[in-house]
Amino acid sequence: MNLVLLIEQLLNGLQFGVMLFLMAAGLTLIFGVMGLINLAHGSLYMIGAFAAAAVASATGSFTLALMASLAAAALAGVIVEMVVIRRLYDRDHLDQVLATFALILIFSEGTRWVFGSFPIYLDVPAALSGGVNLPFGIRYPAYRLAIIGIGLVVAFGLFLLITRTRIGMRIRAGESDREMIGALGVNIAVLYTAIFALGAALAGFAGALVGAIQSVEVGMGEPVLILAFVTIVIGGIGSIRGAFVGALLVGLTDTMGRVLLPILFRAFMEPSAATAVGAALASMSIYILMAAILLFKPTGLYGSA
Amino acid sequence: MRRETLINTILTLGLLAVPLVAWAMDETYAITLATEVVILALAGVGLNLALGLGGLVSLGHAMFFGIGGYAAGILASHAQSYDPIMEWPFLIEGTQSMPVIWLLAIVASALVALATGALSLRTSGVYFIMITLAFGQMFYYFTISWPAYGGEDGLSIYVRDRFPGLNTLDPIQFFGLCFVLLMVCLFIVARLSRSGFGLALNAARQNETRVRAVGIEPYRLRLMAFVISGAITGLAGALYADLNRFVSPVMFSWHTSGEIMVFVILGGVARLFGPVAGAALFIILEEALDGVSDYWHIYLGALLLIVVLFARGGLIGLLAGRNGGGGHD
Repeated sequence: MNLVLLIEQLLNGLQFGVMLFLMAAGLTLIFGVMGLINLAHGSLYMIGAFAAAAVASATGSFTLALMASLAAAALAGVIVEMVVIRRLYDRDHLDQVLATFALILIFSEGTRWVFGSFPIYLDVPAALSGGVNLPFGIRYPAYRLAIIGIGLVVAFGLFLLITRTRIGMRIRAGESDREMIGALGVNIAVLYTAIFALGAALAGFAGALVGAIQSVEVGMGEPVLILAFVTIVIGGIGSIRGAFVGALLVGLTDTMGRVLLPILFRAFMEPSAATAVGAALASMSIYILMAAILLFKPTGLYGSA
Repeated sequence: MRRETLINTILTLGLLAVPLVAWAMDETYAITLATEVVILALAGVGLNLALGLGGLVSLGHAMFFGIGGYAAGILASHAQSYDPIMEWPFLIEGTQSMPVIWLLAIVASALVALATGALSLRTSGVYFIMITLAFGQMFYYFTISWPAYGGEDGLSIYVRDRFPGLNTLDPIQFFGLCFVLLMVCLFIVARLSRSGFGLALNAARQNETRVRAVGIEPYRLRLMAFVISGAITGLAGALYADLNRFVSPVMFSWHTSGEIMVFVILGGVARLFGPVAGAALFIILEEALDGVSDYWHIYLGALLLIVVLFARGGLIGLLAGRNGGGGHD
C-alpha cells in the first residue's frame, strides 16, 4: 500500500461523496420542507442520465447533454409533483413510500420501453478524457477531478441560494413553519413545486455526470438512492449541512473500506479468504457506520429532535 | 356473519378450490401459482403484524424473507454434498427435512429481527423506514459479496426438501403443506391481535402517550411484534426457496421488501386476510398482464398509485366497507 494509491482512493471517495451530496441535497430539502419521503428520487437521477445520453448521441455536445439532463429531470419533477406528489403531503409516510414506489415501477418500465434493457454509454468529453498530473507524481483522471470541482461549486451555490436569497429565505421559513408562510402570503403550491424541481434537477445532473463514468441503464438510480438515504439519515434528515458531511463520510468510508479492509485482513488471514471477508465487510461498512451513529444520535449528526 | 368474515371465507375457499380443480384437470402450473400466492401471502401476514397492527413501516422485510430462504438453501446444499456445516466443537450436518429447516429459518430470522429491531426501534417515522431499508440492503450486499454460498449466482436446491409422510415433489401435496402453514399463522395472528398484547400494540400505534400513561412500555411491545413478524416472513422465505428450488440475493433486495408491502396494501392494511387478497391479486395481475405487455410493471405501478391515492382500504376495504377491520388511519 503506497501513498500514491491511498491519495488516489481518497480522491475517488471524495468524488463519490460529492455525487452523493447532489442526490442527498434534493432528498433532504424535499423532506425538510414538505415532509415527504421520496423513493422515486433515483428515477429522476436515471432520467437525467438517459436524457444526457440521448442528447449527447444526437448532438455530440457534452455541455448540451448536461443542460438536457437538468431540464429533463426538472420537467419530470414538475410533472410528478403536480400530478402525484402534491396529493401526498398530508398523508402518512406509508402512503408516501407506496406511491413513490409505484412511481419507480412506472419510470423504470417506461424507460425500458423507450430505450430498451441494454445499457447505453455516455462518453467523457474529449477535453477531459486524459489525466492530470498532481503533486507527489499522482496522475488522476481529469474528468473525475472535474466532477469533484463541479460538485463543490454546486454545493457552495446551494449554500448561497439557501442562506442569501429570497427563495432560500422562503425555503428556510418552510422548514420551520409550513402553515405560517402560507398565511404570510407566500404561494406554497408554487414554492413546493419549485423545491421539488430543484431537487429533481440536482439528481438528474448527478445522473448525467456519473453516467459518463458508468453505464446508463434502467435501475441505475436505486443503489445511489439507498446510499443517499443512508447519507441523510447519518447527517440528520432535513439538514443540508448534514447531507454534505454525511455524503463525504459515506463516500470515503465506502471507497476506503473496499481498498483497506482486504489489505487489513491479509495481515492475519490467507489472501483469498482475506479478499472475500474484506469485500463482504466493506460492502456492509456504511450500514455499520449508520447503525453506530444512530446508536448515539438517533436523529443523525445534525438532525433536530 | 360480518361482510369481512364472508369475504375471508370466500377467499380461503377460492384459494383451496383453484389448485384442487387444477389438480383434477392435471394443470400443474396453476397449482404452482396457487402455491406462490399462499407463500407470498404468508410473507405479507408477517409484515402485516408489524405494519398494520404495530404501525411499524418496515421497508426491510426482505431481510427475513432472504434469511429464511438461505436457511433452507444452505442446509440443503450441505445435505446434498454430504459436507457437514461444522465439525468442531460438535458435528452439525446439513438436512433436507422441512420441519428442521423451518425451525432454523424461524429462529434465525427471529434473532436477526431482535438485533435489527432493537436498534431500529430506537428511531421512529422516516428514520425507521430508512434504517430498516438499510439493514435489508446490508444483507443484500453481504450475500452478493460472500462467495461461499454462490454469491451473486445464488444456490440451487436440486431436490425439494422432504416432509415426513408426504411427497413434497407432488405439487398438490406441497401446496397443501404451505396452505396449512398459512392457516396456522393466520390463526396465530388473529389470536395475537385479540390478546392483551395485540390490543396494547394497536393502542401504542394510535396513541403512544396514553399507552405510556397506563404503564405499558411501547418499545417492548413493538420489538416483540417485530420479532414475530420477522419470524413469520422468514418461514415464508424458507417455503419460497423450496418452491423455486433456488435462492439468490434477489430475495434480499429492497424490491422484495417493496413487493411484500404491496401485497399488504393492495389487500388492505390491518385486515387479517389483506395479504392473502393482495398476493392473489398480484399474481393474477402478473399472469394476466404479462401476456398483454412485457412492461406489465407500468400497469402494476399505476394500479398501486390509484389504490394509495383514492382507495385507501385496499381490496378488502373496498368489498367490506371501511368500518369492518381494525382500521388504518
